[in-house]
Amino acid sequence: MTDTILMQVSRYRPEQETKPTVQEYEVPLRRDWAVLDGLNYIKDHQDGTLSYRWSCRMGICGSCGMTVNGEPKLTCAAFLTDYKPGPVRVEPLSNFPVIRDLVVEIGDFLRKLPKVLPWIVRDTDKPTTDGEYLQTPEELDAYKQYSMCINCMLCYSACPVYALDPHFIGPAAIALAQRYNLDSRDDGATARLDLLTHPDGVWGCTFVGECTRACPKGVDPAGAIQRYKLTAAMESLKTFLLPRGAR
Amino acid sequence: MSTSPIYTEFHPRWYRKRTGTLWWLRRRSYLVFALRELSCVFVAWFVIFLLLLVHAIGAGERDYRRFLDWAANPWVIAVNIVTFLFVVLHAVTWFNLAPKAIVLRARGRQVSPSLIAGANYVAWAVVSAVVAWLVLRT
Repeated sequence: MTDTILMQVSRYRPEQETKPTVQEYEVPLRRDWAVLDGLNYIKDHQDGTLSYRWSCRMGICGSCGMTVNGEPKLTCAAFLTDYKPGPVRVEPLSNFPVIRDLVVEIGDFLRKLPKVLPWIVRDTDKPTTDGEYLQTPEELDAYKQYSMCINCMLCYSACPVYALDPHFIGPAAIALAQRYNLDSRDDGATARLDLLTHPDGVWGCTFVGECTRACPKGVDPAGAIQRYKLTAAMESLKTFLLPRGAR
Repeated sequence: MSTSPIYTEFHPRWYRKRTGTLWWLRRRSYLVFALRELSCVFVAWFVIFLLLLVHAIGAGERDYRRFLDWAANPWVIAVNIVTFLFVVLHAVTWFNLAPKAIVLRARGRQVSPSLIAGANYVAWAVVSAVVAWLVLRT
């Protein structure tokens, strides 16, 4: 007989209920199955009405973030055997409005993200005939960790500051701003300064650190934020102490 | 169709979970976060305490003695002890944060985070010892 595990899945069908309910499903417990495989099994064999986001199944696309037994997780990277003997409670990501079942509304994050200019900003572009913008391994190391972000929003789900103040620009957006600020090819640090030093920017963070614990890619958004606080403080100090031309 | 659909940012059918009153008890890190937020009340208290002290010193010896008698009240001592603990909480958070904020490179390598945190704690101890010596010497 195949081992099974009980999955308690949060359901929200706005056309028939005003708040989420829990539905239980018994799924096979296989050694190589992640929580996402369990959800796919339910969708394929038990209940085709279950809604959730997923795509790559390999921790790259950042689509399948959900709350598993109270913790924000990529469901493709959370294995069912680690929750033995069960039950496994699957809920939508916290701190986001729920559209349906396990699908959350991510517009807030998508509106905030471009505000930090998460791309290489150049004062002047060199002609393409001059070739690539080269970097040394050290210059790559300076930002590589922050470039691993996959926009999965687990950090927003874990952040109590974002839960209490939805205007907070949030961990991933700040980490991505730092990813470009620390890139030797980028000239956009000044353009990002006003947004990041706004009260809804880095100063909203009080170093709870849950974003870093939740991050499935080792980005360390909490570290990025604290590092930017020092940069922002130094910039403020410079505006007080240095004449305009020397800043 | 002549009318275009109206899209609103706050869709009436999206479910928004309310943050429970006791959310800050769910994790240790949330509790520490809430304590840090609460600490501002005690830090504000200590600012007032210091201002009163400075005022009493400026007003002459009689006022200063009266201030010291008032400050020796058990409830004032109790509040100051709580304030001290909150300030220590801030200091420890700050020193743990320091290696995240300060990323130094020396001889092509990143300086160990524990070295940066350690240097901060050593500096804290030295400064505290100097202050204690200044205050306690007779």
